[in-house]
Amino acid sequence: MKSGSNLEKVLLAGHFAFTGELGPPRGTSAEEVRQKASFLKDHVDAVNITDNQTAVVRMASWAASLILLQEGLEPNYQMVCRDRNRLAMQSDILGAYALGIRNMLCLSGDHVKFGDHPTAKGVFDIDSMQLIHTVKRMRDEGKFLGGADVEHPPRIFIGAASNPFADPFEWRVHRLAKKISAGVDFVQTQCIYNMEKFRTFIKMANDMGLTEKVYILAGVTPMKSVGMANYMKSKVPGMDVPDDVIKRLKGAEKGKVAEEGIKMACEQIEEFKTMKGVAGVHLMAIEWEHKVPEIAERAGVLPRPKV
Amino acid sequence: MIVAKRKPFDEIKQLLKGYKKVLNIGCGTCVAVCLTGGEKEVSVLNMEIDMARKLEDNPIQIDGFTIERQCDREYLEALDNRVNDYQALLSMACGAGIQFLAERYPHIPVLPAVDTTFIGVNQAVGWYEERCRSCSSCVLGLTGGICPVTMCAKGLYNGPCGGTNKGMCEIDSSQPCAWFMIYERLKEQGRLDCILEITPPVDWLNQIPRTLVQPGYKKPE
Ligand code: SF4
Ligand code: SF4
Repeated sequence: MKSGSNLEKVLLAGHFAFTGELGPPRGTSAEEVRQKASFLKDHVDAVNITDNQTAVVRMASWAASLILLQEGLEPNYQMVCRDRNRLAMQSDILGAYALGIRNMLCLSGDHVKFGDHPTAKGVFDIDSMQLIHTVKRMRDEGKFLGGADVEHPPRIFIGAASNPFADPFEWRVHRLAKKISAGVDFVQTQCIYNMEKFRTFIKMANDMGLTEKVYILAGVTPMKSVGMANYMKSKVPGMDVPDDVIKRLKGAEKGKVAEEGIKMACEQIEEFKTMKGVAGVHLMAIEWEHKVPEIAERAGVLPRPKV
Repeated sequence: MIVAKRKPFDEIKQLLKGYKKVLNIGCGTCVAVCLTGGEKEVSVLNMEIDMARKLEDNPIQIDGFTIERQCDREYLEALDNRVNDYQALLSMACGAGIQFLAERYPHIPVLPAVDTTFIGVNQAVGWYEERCRSCSSCVLGLTGGICPVTMCAKGLYNGPCGGTNKGMCEIDSSQPCAWFMIYERLKEQGRLDCILEITPPVDWLNQIPRTLVQPGYKKPE
């Protein structure tokens, strides 16, 4: 066992993993975090805590992760390369581990241009690939990037993101392979809407033997409205929303679009359960946390395994 | 070459506030080529300043003089017996030239008239594009001759990121994704193996002022 985190144990035992996501508040309310967490409790194996998501300042992801720990949930601490250099990253990792954080997701981070401080200096001292390797080195070799020894190395379960839909498509599996050799243990994908393309991606990953080396959690975000689908299609970089998804939502009865969105998500999850190479689902229901219990129930992923 | 652009006129005016006799010094190299700080631009700016100050009823004597290169002592020398007649010097050279000027005449205020912008290329007349951030450890040999530091909005060494969008960068649908281009070019050349390996964290060598002495010019130990 690399970290002994709940997520690692669930995956190791061969269960179909189910993770959730929570965005920290744009303020100091721990209560707000607790409130959101209460919907996720016992319904997911771990909860991603986003790190200044979309380059907007929010409560620190390690801090919100600690609140989750207090509430008895397991956080998946996200860290982006945009906001800190290699010193800050490594010291945050030590602190996070010391206080009980066991999973980490290493990301590049959205460009500052998208956020509330568009003229800030993006750090990108190291990139996500290099961050993965840094955590791995700290954990397995007990070494900092600079070469010095880490006293009591952090035993972190290392995660990363993968976008199967960004161009060039043929390169995506190679990028995944690079992340695996950098040391990633699990991968959560970008929200999947184009199932056809995802099937091809997984098949390529299977053929290259990648899915035996890394746990892939398929990203699912239920559509709440036609507007959201259109926005995702045209405004969110790297997102692939096929027209028939929008068509199906449009075809839903008035007032029933969100219901249709959940239904589509559940159908996807059903398929992922039997898809070779997929080890679980990562449900990103941001600002829709209260719906997670219902979605989990309907997707048939409850109760969550106790490992 | 080094590309610069003229500062907004009001800012230049503000910098010159309080001075009545100023020498505006142009540079005949990079900033002249990018049509910002050569002889012609010096006289245009001087005319504007002269006019503006006259209108304010606060005339200024602003003269112009352009030397071949402000970043080179050999050419700065030509200024030695001129500058002392002036209260301040305005420079239209790049940031390096301006500093070299200020260093040579430490008793005279030296003011910038341009914003030094980037190291770039001449795409067409009057159109320049950035290409290099002088990182001190060039990786163009691995990246198909496309600079990831400059051309990727996140300066990623192991791209592309998840935001690349139909060949364009996530920051702007009119900005090509550097890593998409790197991939395409290397694929074309049959050299994709160059980016299959992970590029390790970069040694940032451009964090402190750098000095270069060519081997043939080093003092014997
Ligand atoms: S890698 Fe880019 S920034 Fe560095 S020297 Fe080469 S071109 Fe310039
Ligand atoms: S989209 Fe391409 S150029 Fe833009 S930040 Fe990502 S990798 Fe860099």
